[in-house]
Amino acid sequence: MTENNMKNGEVNHIRRMTTWWVIASIVLDVVYWFAVGPHMSPGRLTEMAKNNQMDFNLLFIIAFPVLLGVWIFMGYAIVNWNDKRGAPEPVGGPAAANNSRAQVLWISITSVTVLLAAVFGTWALVVDHGSGGGEGPNPVWMPDGASGVQAAALSGTAKWAPGTNAVLPVQVIGQQWKFTYRYPTFGGMETSFLVLPANTTIVFDVTSLDVIHSFWAYQLSVKADANPGVNNVAYTETRGTGNFVVRCNELCGIWHGSMFNFGKVVSQSAFMNWAQKTETANAANTKLLPAFAYTYTPSANGASGGFYIGGGVTPYSPVETYGAKQPVS
Amino acid sequence: MTISAERPTEAMASASPYGERRQGGWFSQHLGTALLAGIVGYLFGHWLGNHIAWNYPTTAFDGQNFQANFLALLFGVVGWLLGIGALNYPLAKMMGRSGEKEGEVEGLSKYFRYSTNHKTVGIQYIVGVCLFMFTGGLLAMAIRTELLNPTIHVFNPGTYIEIVSEHGTIMMMMATSIIVGPLGNYLVPLMIGARRMAYPRIEAFSFWIFTAGYMVIFSALPYGGFPTGWTGYAPLQTQAGPGMVSYLFGFAVIGLGMMAAGFNIAVTIVNYRAPGMTWSRIPVFVWSILATAALLTLATPVLFAAGTFGLLDLVNHTAFYVNEHGGSSYLWQNLFWFFGHPEVYIMALPGFGVVGEMLPVFARKPLFAYKVGAAGMIGVALLSFFVWQHHLFQSGINPDMRPLFMLTTELISIPTGFIFLVGLGTLYKAKIRFEVPMLFAMALYFNFLIGGLTGVFLSDVPVNVTVHGSFFVLSHFHYTIMGGLLFAFMAGLYYWLPKMTGKMMNKRIGKWHFWTMFIFFNLTFFPMFIIGLLGQPRRVFTYAKSLQGINDFSSISAYILGFSFLIFAWNLMYSMFINPEKAPANPWDSLGLEWQTATPVPAHNFDRIPVITNDPYHYSEPGATPLADLGRGSSSTGYQA
Repeated sequence: MTENNMKNGEVNHIRRMTTWWVIASIVLDVVYWFAVGPHMSPGRLTEMAKNNQMDFNLLFIIAFPVLLGVWIFMGYAIVNWNDKRGAPEPVGGPAAANNSRAQVLWISITSVTVLLAAVFGTWALVVDHGSGGGEGPNPVWMPDGASGVQAAALSGTAKWAPGTNAVLPVQVIGQQWKFTYRYPTFGGMETSFLVLPANTTIVFDVTSLDVIHSFWAYQLSVKADANPGVNNVAYTETRGTGNFVVRCNELCGIWHGSMFNFGKVVSQSAFMNWAQKTETANAANTKLLPAFAYTYTPSANGASGGFYIGGGVTPYSPVETYGAKQPVS
Repeated sequence: MTISAERPTEAMASASPYGERRQGGWFSQHLGTALLAGIVGYLFGHWLGNHIAWNYPTTAFDGQNFQANFLALLFGVVGWLLGIGALNYPLAKMMGRSGEKEGEVEGLSKYFRYSTNHKTVGIQYIVGVCLFMFTGGLLAMAIRTELLNPTIHVFNPGTYIEIVSEHGTIMMMMATSIIVGPLGNYLVPLMIGARRMAYPRIEAFSFWIFTAGYMVIFSALPYGGFPTGWTGYAPLQTQAGPGMVSYLFGFAVIGLGMMAAGFNIAVTIVNYRAPGMTWSRIPVFVWSILATAALLTLATPVLFAAGTFGLLDLVNHTAFYVNEHGGSSYLWQNLFWFFGHPEVYIMALPGFGVVGEMLPVFARKPLFAYKVGAAGMIGVALLSFFVWQHHLFQSGINPDMRPLFMLTTELISIPTGFIFLVGLGTLYKAKIRFEVPMLFAMALYFNFLIGGLTGVFLSDVPVNVTVHGSFFVLSHFHYTIMGGLLFAFMAGLYYWLPKMTGKMMNKRIGKWHFWTMFIFFNLTFFPMFIIGLLGQPRRVFTYAKSLQGINDFSSISAYILGFSFLIFAWNLMYSMFINPEKAPANPWDSLGLEWQTATPVPAHNFDRIPVITNDPYHYSEPGATPLADLGRGSSSTGYQA
């Protein structure tokens, strides 16, 4: 904005406001960074969570000066340019209606800031292997070792053992109104309780049996919609041990609000222990389950069976039904 | 457009553009006949549906006759339109008769009739919009009551989800038209120096189908509601009961009104500007309404199509949205949000326009960077078609799309920010008069700043992973839509009601209204950002026990926010009916063209079409060219019909 000259004791409003703005921004940013930032959601349980927390903090650091800038300007206007408090008569005319410098500055600063944010967000997405968000059936940003695991899980040859740096595939099945989890590396057993090993790359294959749900593991910083007939892949890389909450994040009917459960990240050996014990204990149930696949089409599903007259359901197999290509993962 | 040298006569000046006054009375067409015909239509449709589909397998499947539900609502709406007289002209033409120009009925009953006078339609819209708002508001109070305690429940889950869905849908329907309807219809012809809208019958139609849409959406409640929220995701939609028909058909009905209104307004602004009203002289409010009209016309057809597919799926068991039979649940998501994103800019832009009008008047300074402001609005409208997948970042869309939509969404915040440039520049070295409309306008800037900035957070995909679908998003859109648009609506009402009705809104009650609404709006919704960050998703009836304190704080503040609307209603009653205070001709010392008309505004708006010589923002500029030549006291200006 125009710099007013200090003539005849006339105050330089812009300089005053800028000074306050700089001081307030620095103070608020520093206080935020050190006092609030380390505690920002979603926490630091996984690599994705740490990076997403860092993204949040960076955005806040940029947002606070913007907030303060507008607030200080408006507050200054309300105090100093107030009709009731004896403000001087305003001056109209073309100079008051247009100021190229102010406009150019505004447009360029906002454009650059916003473009930088977009570039940074893209970089973070790529570098962080999708940042824990669902990437659909054909993910493009994958952690190392993740691409082979999907095919292996489908053919039943995927294995996981502690200390091998292997990637662990976990299938998340959403239905009205619970989440269950299948571990293809442990015979395709299905549990209601999500247990994960620390310091491991996890591949979540999220699908649904009926309507759209959304798998939101808060502390893991994973969010992937569960769509019927579609495999939505998301990644996370666990670090330390801890508990996490899983909530359904997409309205899925009456009991959506109570569709949540809890999970935990434990040490690799403890996980192996639990997995093998559970595999043995559940062996009889696992035999009754359909073979591990990336999507399932229950025949009793109201949206399919009975709703469409003419009986049976076409199992959702794009290859069989429509000659379409199977998704890669 | 030639200016004739003919001297205007008395008769020409006072001739109403709507035709001769027509007779009223109880046996003409009015709200009562509309209701009657609507009920008859509803019953007929229901009978027809039962007659046709009683032995269909689809009816036997779940014991519900969706055909009957749909036909009932369809014929109900047709009956409503027939009853109010919306179809008189097309039917007359179809039968080869010449349609009559429906003049206005004198007196208060014109507000209960199909009126082609844009000013009457504007006032009718105020009532319509308030009806939606108070209904949705009551539902919001119910939601906050349920969320007082995570384990003690006031409603059963089915009722709760009904309430949530109905609240969202009714509020979105209202917010779409809340400024375009009342203020857009009333003010646009006055601001551009026209005597009428381009298509007065279509304008009246848009209002009466708006009210029909309200009744259709509201009918979901007696039908057991719909469980999908206002976003209506399939295949939950396909699973739902009869209330879902009300939702899908309601969108189609309201959508027709939106398309009609948008088309009408756009044609009016382009073609009916007074001589001399170049594009750089139209008020910024008109720019915002033009941009909104473009969105209304172009985006709504997609919603109409989406709703039609949904109805076909639900009623006739097709599979547009059902994976198991070759459809896709992604189809609804994409169609809906392709409309849904322009829709929220339909809600944001008129608010920008209103405060753009207010600020110069109360700051006594010209509007800063007018061209940038106008460009910003057009830019927002254009870009709004390119950002919709930011609602779908985590849905399993093609992952390559995410950086693209992140970029476009970040980009759209640039033109959105222009409104702040305009506002701050206008306030610079101004002499601000803190009248009630100005308080609401300043509050928009405060609220929209928070809402807009949190939108930038949401557009960042890594951050989106944490906050999508949580109370953070909820708070973001309440800040932008309620904190922005609704406050602008209040500003607009307090500002323009003196013109519309000749009565001032009471200033003391207005200040109570403003401060209660502003403070408690922020106290209600700011904590919701924190609730969202702490992991509470939307549309849930239970949450982590540790969040109960914040939820309760939010709920109590919400009750007081609701009370502030009662203060508003009281102010309306008091100022308009109980103790009206006559308004001066131009209470705010505005330079706007709409204030140069007589109060109450005559049917023909201007005695003579003004010749515009300047834009309306030359405050504090002694010697500036006047706004227009209104032909008073001038002997040689032409007359343009």
